[in-house]
Order: sequence, then C-alpha cells, then structure tokens
Amino acid sequence: MLIGTALMTVALAVAPLVGVYPVFLMKALCFALFACAFNLLLGFGGLLSFGHAMFLGTAGYVCAHAAKVWGFPPELAIATGTAAAALLGAVVGSLAIRRQGIYFAMITLAVAQMMYFFYLQTPFTHGEDGIQAVPRGHLFGLLDLSQPLTIYYTVLTIFVGAFLLIYRIIHSPFGQVLKAIRENEPRAISLGYDADRYKLLAFVLSATLAGLAGATKAIVFQLASLTDVHWSMSGEVVLMTLLGGMGTIFGPVVGAFVIAGLENYLAGFGEWVTIITGVIFVVCVLAFRRGIVGELAAWWARRAA
Amino acid sequence: MQALFGQLLIGLINGAFYAMLSLGLAVIFGLLNIINFTHGAQYMMGAFCAWFLLNKAGVGYWWALLLAPIIVGAIGIVIERTMLARLYKLDHLYGLLLTFGLALIIQGVFRNEFGSSGLPYQIPSELTGGMNLGFMFLPIYRGWVIVASLVLCFSTWYVIERTKLGSYLRAATENPTLVQAFGVNVPRMITLTFGFGVGLAALAGVMAAPIYQVNPLMGADMIIVVFAVVVIGGMGSIMGAILTGFGLGVVEGLTKYFYPEASNTVIFVVMVIVLMFRPAGLFGRER
Repeated sequence: MLIGTALMTVALAVAPLVGVYPVFLMKALCFALFACAFNLLLGFGGLLSFGHAMFLGTAGYVCAHAAKVWGFPPELAIATGTAAAALLGAVVGSLAIRRQGIYFAMITLAVAQMMYFFYLQTPFTHGEDGIQAVPRGHLFGLLDLSQPLTIYYTVLTIFVGAFLLIYRIIHSPFGQVLKAIRENEPRAISLGYDADRYKLLAFVLSATLAGLAGATKAIVFQLASLTDVHWSMSGEVVLMTLLGGMGTIFGPVVGAFVIAGLENYLAGFGEWVTIITGVIFVVCVLAFRRGIVGELAAWWARRAA
Repeated sequence: MQALFGQLLIGLINGAFYAMLSLGLAVIFGLLNIINFTHGAQYMMGAFCAWFLLNKAGVGYWWALLLAPIIVGAIGIVIERTMLARLYKLDHLYGLLLTFGLALIIQGVFRNEFGSSGLPYQIPSELTGGMNLGFMFLPIYRGWVIVASLVLCFSTWYVIERTKLGSYLRAATENPTLVQAFGVNVPRMITLTFGFGVGLAALAGVMAAPIYQVNPLMGADMIIVVFAVVVIGGMGSIMGAILTGFGLGVVEGLTKYFYPEASNTVIFVVMVIVLMFRPAGLFGRER
C-alpha cells in the first residue's frame, strides 16, 4: 500500500514534466479527491449518497467568494470553503442518517436539488454565470499560484495529504467500527457502538474532504459554477467510484482519471458523453461490480493462490 | 383572487403528475424493492411516443393514451427481464445505479435526436376551450387531466387493495417464497408489475404532452421532486402516495402565489421537516 502510494505520487509528480497537460491532471486530481471522499462513505460506510455534488459545489462557491470578494489568500479561502462543506455535511448528515439504503440515496439527492435551486437564485453565486475570474493569489504570501507548475504541485500536495488521511481513517479503530456497522448494523449496536454517531462522523468527514476538492477546484479553474452542484455531478462521482472499484483504496483515483480522460476526449461530441456515461454505469452494474482495481486485486489473489 | 385560483389549478395539475408517478414508483418498489430511476425517462418516453404516433403515424391523442403505455411498458418489461432480473439477489442499491445509468442513456439519445427545446403537441379538439366557473376560468383539458388522474389513481388503489389480484400482489410483497409455494408465478407477476408501473409513467407522459412541451429533459427534474414526494409520503401505502402527490402539488401552487422565490424548493423543505419529526414518512411504516 505504501509502495503503491509512493509510486502514484512519483508518477503524478513527474507527469507534467514529461508533457502531460497540467490543467487536465489538476482536474483529474480534484475529481480523484472528490471520489476518494465519496468512497469513504460508500465503500467503507455502506451509505450511497446521491447528492455529494452539494459539498463540492458549496465549498467551491464559498471559496471563490472568499477569494474574490473578501480578498482572502488562497489557503484561507480553501479552508473557509472546506469548513462550509463540513457544516453543511453535519446538517444534511444528521437528517439523512435517519433513513437507510434507498431512502438515504433519495434524501441526499433531494437535499442536493434544493441546494441547487438555492444557488441558482441567491445573488452571490451570479446564477448561470457563476463566480468567474477568481484570483489564485499567493500561497502563504510566498508562492505565486499563477505559475502552472507551482499550482500543480500545490494541488498534488493537497491530494496526497488528503489521500493519506483517508487511508489513516480507514485503518483506524473508527474505520473498523464503520465497516462493522456496514456489515451488520444491529450486531454493532448490540456490541455497544452508537451506530448513528459513527455514520454521522463518516458523513461529515466525507463531506469535508469533498469540500476540500471543490474549494481546490475553484482556485485552480478560477471558477465556481452551477455544474458543480448539479445532480449529474453527483452521478459522476458515483460512476468514478463504481468504475474504479468501491471499497478499494486506489479505485476512486483510477476511476476519476479514466472518466476525466474520457470527458476530455469526448468533449466535442455533445450528448455522447451522457450516453457513454450511462453505458458504463449499466456495464459496471451488470458485469463488473468490483471495478477496475477490485477486478485486478481479485485476479492477483487467484494467481497467488 | 384569479391569480390565486390559477396557481391552485397549476398546483393540482402538477400534483396529479406527482401522484401518478409516485404511485408507479411505490408499486414497483413494493414488489421489486427497486427504486426505478428510469421513471422520469419513461414518463418522457410516453410523451414522445404520443408525439411520434401523431406526427409519424397520424394516430391521435385517444389512441395514444392506450398505445403509449403499452409500448413503453413493453420496453420496461424487456429491461426488467434482461437486466433488472439479474440484480434481485444483490444489494438493492445496484438496481438504483442500473436504472440511473439507463436514464442517462435514454435521455442522452433523445437529446441527440431532438435537442433540448420542446416540441409542441396539440390539445385534442374534443378538449379545447374552457369553462367560466364564475371565480376562475378553467381550460377543459386541465380539468380533464385532474379528473382522469384521480380516476386512474383510485382504480389502481382499488385493484391493489380490494381485489383478488391485488391480494396476491400484496402477499408477494410480504413473502414471495411462500406465495410462490402456493402456486402463484411470482417472477411473472414481478415482470408484469414493473411493466404496469412503467406504463403508468408513460400514461402520465401522454397526458402531460399538451400541457408542458414534449422535451427530452421533462422527466429528469420531475423525478427528483417525485423522489422527495415518495420520501414525504413513505412507501407504506398506495393511498399515501396519491394523497401526498396531490397535497404537495397544491402546496407548491400556493407557494408560487404567496412566495414565488421558494416555489422550486418548497417540496424539499417539506421533506426536511417531515424527516425531522416522522422519519418513516407521513404514511410509512418503519422497516
């Protein structure tokens, strides 16, 4: 696992130097962080949220507003955006964990749609235009983030830091209890664990990290728009996780890079992106439920045995 | 006053569609334990089916009311047999993910073909014009939609709650293995129920075609509102789905009159409040 993380970090650190387009990499990294945060909730908590875009989008809007209107430096703007997502996560989480399974998915979807209409109408988001020309500023007053490589390595640092944090959470006693609740909730409760508290904490952590992804994305693209709060974005993160392999550590990263690459490639084909996204969903659910990383791991285990 | 009654009427119309769609969702969920995310797309397909029948085959509104649900329902049955049937042994969330993917495919294909602007569909000549009720003007077609959907909803309720067939259905919801042991062909019943639920969505789509334009995205936003309706009503009872659907339509209409800024969000706000005080929904049972 540590070797894998090291290899991934080195590969990502070298990639822009050997000619991979940094803006594409940064987009993929933001999505990868978003998907990892989502996977923490679905893969390890067993809770399918169909409204995770609200955390990505909320953090993006708050971060962009803080950087542009209040003149916050980038690190503070990102922190403010992330905090906003954490707060929203606490409120939504305490509502949504009252129901399970399919209801949980429907509730998160409905609340996210409510947030979408809120952002569509409230003046500070500028409706259809979004918050444009967000200043990138200087990180800690020192590093000029308008330099392509500086911002790239900043994003990479944020991503690797959050990735290690998620790994740590999953392997902590908290993560183990979370898995126990996913497998058999009544038994975990009878062992004395307060299942609702664990689920709420997992929800807030996932929302916070999704927010970190959204805030970083707003600084990178200097834009916060309605796309990031729309339900199709919530669907996309489900797809990345499903395709890469839910409940695996590297799966969401792989899924995010594949989907980001696909979208880049198909950008000129209009609605075909939606259709192909749908087809991948159907194929994954019918034939490929372990995802790319899950299938590879299973193949490796079979070969070793 | 005119404006208030106008908004109330729009609310009742929307409520009629919420009721028909959440009814279909509830029937499907009861037996299959699957939330059909394709429901919105199938509602849209119903409307397109009516448009095709009129413009390509010269078949009018009344035949479309019969044919579109059969055609779209048959497509639904194919989907159930070839795909959904493979997922019954797995976590129910996979059904949600599969139908979400299908909805994306269907909407994408229709958008490729027809763009995102709407196609007009004429009100049938028998139902044009309006009535002056003294306090407001009632377009006949809208009155027809409300009456027709009420009849449809209550006949569905009657069939499921009061007939022999309905009792099989309810029994299979409780314990499919036992019902199968009594010689009822449960898998076939599941397939037909899915087809019926989908057909109901398509029928709602045909009725909606003259009111809203026929648009590839007409079901996409609708389905999320209907999900909120289902959460508010709870899936426990058919009557619950009907009452919540109409009730929330009216609430939405009233909000449009008194505080239009909130009209998009009011149903979601109601959902949040209901969840705080009755997590199982207004008519639901905890399970």
